[in-house]
Amino acid sequence: MDNAMKVRLLETMLNIRKAELQLAILYKNGKVPCAAHLYEGQEAIAAGVCAQLRVDDCLTSTHRGHGHCIAKGMPMKEMIAEVCARKTGCCGGKGGTMHLFKPDIGVMGTIGIVGAGIPVATGIALAMKMQKTDRVAVSFFGDGAANNGAFHESLNLASVWKLPVIFVCENNRYATSVAVWRSTSVEKIGDRAASYSIPGVTVDGNCVDEVYAATEAALSRARTGQGPTLIEAVTYRVRGHYEGDDAAYRKQGELTEAREHDPIEYWKQKLIEDGVLREEDFAALAAKAEAEAEEAAAFAVDSPFPAPEEALILTAQI
Amino acid sequence: MARRIRFIEALREGMRQEMERDPSVFIMGEGVGPHGSAFKQTDGLCAQFGEERLRDTPISELAIAGTAVGAAMMGMRPIADLMWIDFSMLAMDQICNQAAKLRYISNGQVKVPLVYRMSTGKSKSNAAHHSGSFYSWFINTPGLKVVLPSTPNDAKGLIISAIRDDDPVIYLEHKLLFNVRGDVPEEPFAIPLGVAEVKREGTDLTIVATGAMVGFSLTAAEALAKEGISVEVIDPRTLMPYDGATILTSVRKTGNLLCVEEGFRYCGFGSEIIAFVVENAMDSLRRPPRQLTTMHTTIPFSPPMEDYVFPNPERVAAAVRALLKSEA
Repeated sequence: MDNAMKVRLLETMLNIRKAELQLAILYKNGKVPCAAHLYEGQEAIAAGVCAQLRVDDCLTSTHRGHGHCIAKGMPMKEMIAEVCARKTGCCGGKGGTMHLFKPDIGVMGTIGIVGAGIPVATGIALAMKMQKTDRVAVSFFGDGAANNGAFHESLNLASVWKLPVIFVCENNRYATSVAVWRSTSVEKIGDRAASYSIPGVTVDGNCVDEVYAATEAALSRARTGQGPTLIEAVTYRVRGHYEGDDAAYRKQGELTEAREHDPIEYWKQKLIEDGVLREEDFAALAAKAEAEAEEAAAFAVDSPFPAPEEALILTAQI
Repeated sequence: MARRIRFIEALREGMRQEMERDPSVFIMGEGVGPHGSAFKQTDGLCAQFGEERLRDTPISELAIAGTAVGAAMMGMRPIADLMWIDFSMLAMDQICNQAAKLRYISNGQVKVPLVYRMSTGKSKSNAAHHSGSFYSWFINTPGLKVVLPSTPNDAKGLIISAIRDDDPVIYLEHKLLFNVRGDVPEEPFAIPLGVAEVKREGTDLTIVATGAMVGFSLTAAEALAKEGISVEVIDPRTLMPYDGATILTSVRKTGNLLCVEEGFRYCGFGSEIIAFVVENAMDSLRRPPRQLTTMHTTIPFSPPMEDYVFPNPERVAAAVRALLKSEA
């Protein structure tokens, strides 16, 4: 990883963080019509995976998918405007926070049903293989989805057909309100790869360099026809399941501990230690990301809502 | 040139011709490859197109349905064989939440041109898990089109349209019809989705029937003709979006409506057609419309019980007589 990439990863993480914090404000101010699921604290995973993807590689994501869209290149304005239900959003207000699409850059959808994006990404990879390309599909999902049948059926099929897909399980320790240790049979979800005869790895999802390295290996397998890989990236959901969730189910001290292992802070310190970055460079990058997020929020709030009757476009009527 | 072939051959010919025409068309499902599918619908296709395009899958209905969605979004045209409509329940999220909705929620940025094929309906003592006619669930899902052919000709023309359509289409194959013979043109042809066909003209009463019920209704109409009752039989062929205009024209002519369908009565296709006619042509109705459906019960195994709960030609005829005797 060269220095430019190291800085780019930091920028991506900052962009996601600032966009999410703007959305938290917009939500409090009543500009987001439903409770969004924010990605704060998990930025290293989206950044570390997507940094190595080509524009023609594709991803599917989840109800907590804003970060993946930004990391794949979706302009902040289009994402925030969609979450604010505006006509200028990436789906014209038809999708919303849980349904973000931009297929021309490979965002094939954030999907609101837990686990449901996994077979879709598997099918995207099937098409890529049948079309004889070296494109790759990535499926982001959570620890909750790893306990869903969609996970099992998809990993088995992807392995049997040696599909160019990377399964990225973001273990943020909570499936809605249920802790992973109360709901999951294995200590490491990455170990489940053994059931499908594919490589599985568990990395610290708050260390972008670990995520990056795991993705590099998985991508090289996928691009060369060696099939899928499961990456478990362990992180922590520092916000509630949704905005407004007080998350009273957390263990005491857990949140404080997680905050101390912040992915942006970790990478910033590392870059400073390595002489890639100075404190003032970081401040400038953070300010730039913040300004972009503020501008995107203003754009969203100033944008019109779609006309009510647009609801029926794309739906066959009798 | 038309020749007389079986329903299953017509269906297979339609798929074969589309696969020859368009390399993005492929078939996936349990046993669709060298085995040729559960009812031999794809017999011989694997020898012609290879296992890459006749993809055998594990018994993973959710993954079959879901990978079809992903592949369709990328420009392929998958035909996913879920074998029995009863098994589609294992894939409902992918069919109704993903395939049906992704084009809409993406604001048209992606399309999902795929076909879910499923066998449907009664055959012989297939019992509770293999006799379903649950298509009203799909009719009730915006974003899905639903097709149920009743003749070999329709089987071919509709599978070709279903494959070419840019939206997900549920293509239903009635198990009792696979061996029915009929005239079918050899060359490829498309029957547009959403267009009904008047299968028999008549003046006293309109039957709207689907799938195997079309044949039952035609048999009943033949018997009733000897009693001086002239029945018109309409097969919508596409259940969603259905051809309301053809049904209204017929009811305006006959003044009487009987819906015959194999699904259940409540919130079923028959109830929908009656509601549609009442909303749009109440003034034409001379008597209250009725429906004949499978009885509202889990399908039993033992033949006497099974036969008891399903419609048959005699029951169709009886329902027509009863309707016409009812108070105007």
